[in-house]
Amino acid sequence: MTEKIAFERPKALADRATHYCPGCSHGIIHRLVAETLGDMDLVENTIAVSAIGCSVFLYNYITVDTVEAPHGRAPAVATGVKRARPDSFVFTYQGDGDLASIGMAEIMHCANRGERVSVVFVNNTIYGMTGGQMAPTTMIGQKTTTCPGGRCRDTEGMPIRMAEIIASLGGTAYASRVAVDTIKHLNQAKKALRKAFEVQTNGLGFGFVEFLSTCPTNWKMSSLDANARIAEEMIPYFPLGDFKDVTSGKGVC
Amino acid sequence: MSTGKKVFIKGNEAVAYGALAAGCKCFFGYPITPQNDIPEYMSKAMPKAGGQFVQAESEVAAANMLLGAAACGVRAMTSSSSPGVSLKQEAISYMAGSELPGVIVNMNRGGPGLGDIGPSQGDYFQSVKGGGHGDYRTLVLAPGTCQEAYDLTMLAFDLAYKYTNPVLILGDAILGQMKEPVSVGEPITVDEAEGGDWKLTGAKDRPYRILKSLHLEEGELAKHNLKLAAKYESMRAEIRFESFETEDAELVVVAYGSIGRIVKTVVRKLRQEGLKVGLFRPITLYPYPSAALAELAKRGKRFLTIEHNMGQMIEDVRLSICGVADSAFFGFPPGNMPTPEDFEQPVRQALGR
Repeated sequence: MTEKIAFERPKALADRATHYCPGCSHGIIHRLVAETLGDMDLVENTIAVSAIGCSVFLYNYITVDTVEAPHGRAPAVATGVKRARPDSFVFTYQGDGDLASIGMAEIMHCANRGERVSVVFVNNTIYGMTGGQMAPTTMIGQKTTTCPGGRCRDTEGMPIRMAEIIASLGGTAYASRVAVDTIKHLNQAKKALRKAFEVQTNGLGFGFVEFLSTCPTNWKMSSLDANARIAEEMIPYFPLGDFKDVTSGKGVC
Repeated sequence: MSTGKKVFIKGNEAVAYGALAAGCKCFFGYPITPQNDIPEYMSKAMPKAGGQFVQAESEVAAANMLLGAAACGVRAMTSSSSPGVSLKQEAISYMAGSELPGVIVNMNRGGPGLGDIGPSQGDYFQSVKGGGHGDYRTLVLAPGTCQEAYDLTMLAFDLAYKYTNPVLILGDAILGQMKEPVSVGEPITVDEAEGGDWKLTGAKDRPYRILKSLHLEEGELAKHNLKLAAKYESMRAEIRFESFETEDAELVVVAYGSIGRIVKTVVRKLRQEGLKVGLFRPITLYPYPSAALAELAKRGKRFLTIEHNMGQMIEDVRLSICGVADSAFFGFPPGNMPTPEDFEQPVRQALGR
C-alpha cells in the first residue's frame, strides 16, 4: 500500500510551537493566511505588517518579510509600504482592539483611499493580550475585566460591525465577514481570504476580511464552549457573508 | 551639493527642494501652519519625480506611513509644525527602536498647546531629548538660512541611512516663511544597494526579515539598548557648528537657527563699535557641540545663551561648560517676533558695556 501525504505544513508557516492559548482561532487563521499566500505564489513577494495584541508575534509564524506597526497604525504603515513598493503584496493582520478602537482612523482612511493592500481582521470581542478588557466589539452583556457587570449599551455603546462599515467606503473592493468554527465556515473563510488578496493583486482596491474568532482564556470558557459561542452569540449579531464585492467589475478607482 | 543654479524660494520650499535633490521618493503630509508650503510643493513635485505623495488622515498616520516606506528602504520624509510633531512622536520612537531611517521636519511654532502660528524655539527639549517614549535619540539639524535648509535636508537623508535612525530638521516659522536665493542642484542617484542588508523587499532568495522594536526575551532589550547607545555615541562624528568672531571674543553668544542669525547681526554691529563679542551657533542640536563650547570656556570666554523660548538649550550650554564657566541667559518669549534690537541690550549687559 502506498502512502499519500494529504496534509503538510504550508511553505509560509514556520515550524515552531505556538504561543497562542488552546482553542484560540489565531492558529487556524494564521494557517489560512499561509496557505493562501502559498496558493497564490505570493510568499517571496509579500511584506506583512503586524499589529499590537496577541498577533504581534505574527512574524514568528508567517515566514515573510514583516514590519511591526504601532498600536492601530498598521493600515498607515501598510500605506507607506505599498506606496514605497507598489509591486509587493502587502497585508496587515490586526485584532479588534487594534483595528476598531485605537486604529479606527487609520483603517477607515486606508480603505477609503483604496490602498491596494489587504487586511486580515480578527474579531474575538475582547482585548486578549492585556488580559481580557472590553473591546469595541464586545457583545452587549458580555463581562470583561473593564465591564465586570457586562457591556451596557447606554454607557459603552453597541459593538461595532467593522465589515459593514468598511464595505460602505468608496475605496473598498471587497469586504467580508467569516468564521472558522466549522469546516463549512472554514472553507468559506479561505475563499473570502483569497478574494481579499486577489482584489489587491488585480489592482481593484482595498480588501478586507473579518474573522470571528475565539478567546477561550479571556472568555473563561472551555475551547469547545468558546467555539460554540461563535454560532450561538456572535454570528446572530455579526452576520457572515460578503458586504461588498466589486471583483466582477473594474475596481473602485 | 549645488550646481550654482539659483532659485528664489521660501525656507519651506528649500526643504522640499533638498528632499527631492536627495532622492526622496515618498512624502507623507498633513496641513498645519507654518509648514504648508512643503506638502503643497511636494503634492506637485513628487509625482513628477516618480515618487508618491499622500495627504494622510492625521499626523499620526503620516508618521506611520513614513515608518512603512522607511522599512522598504525608500528615502521618505514627513513635515509638520509643533502640535503635529507631538503627534508624530509615537512613530518616531518606533522608528528609533526598529532602527529605521527617515526625515522629519518641524517648522517650530509658538506653544504650548495651540500657541500661535509664529516662530518659536519651544520644541528644543522635545527635539533633542527624545520626544517620544523610551530611551532613544534622533539626530537634529537646525538650519539658519534657506540655503542651509536645502543643504541640511540633503544631508539628513544621508545621515538617516548612515545611522539607520530618524533625523529631525528643526526650523521655525521665520525660516519656513522667509524667501532667499538658494543654490540648488540636480537630484542625486540613490544607490539601489542602500539599505540592502535590512530593507524589506520580499524574502526572495534570502531568509525573511523582521523589523521590530519588541524584545521580550530575557536580556534581549538590554542588549538592544546598549547597541543603540553605542550608535548614538558614534553620531558625535556628525557634530556641526558655526563659530563667528569667537577667536578674540570676551563674550560668546550661543544661539541656534533663525535666532542665531539675528544674533549675528547684533555681533556685526557691536564689532563695529569695537566690542569683543562672537557667535557660537550649533547646527547639530543632537549631538550637541559640547566639546567646542568647552574649549571656548577653557580659553576664558564668558557666555550668553539667547533662545526664542524661556530656557531650554541653556541647559545643554551649561552642561557643556560646567566646572569652567557659566552662561547668562536671555529668553525671548514665543508669541513675539524678535529683531536685532531686542537682543542688543541683553548682549551689551552681558558684556558689561
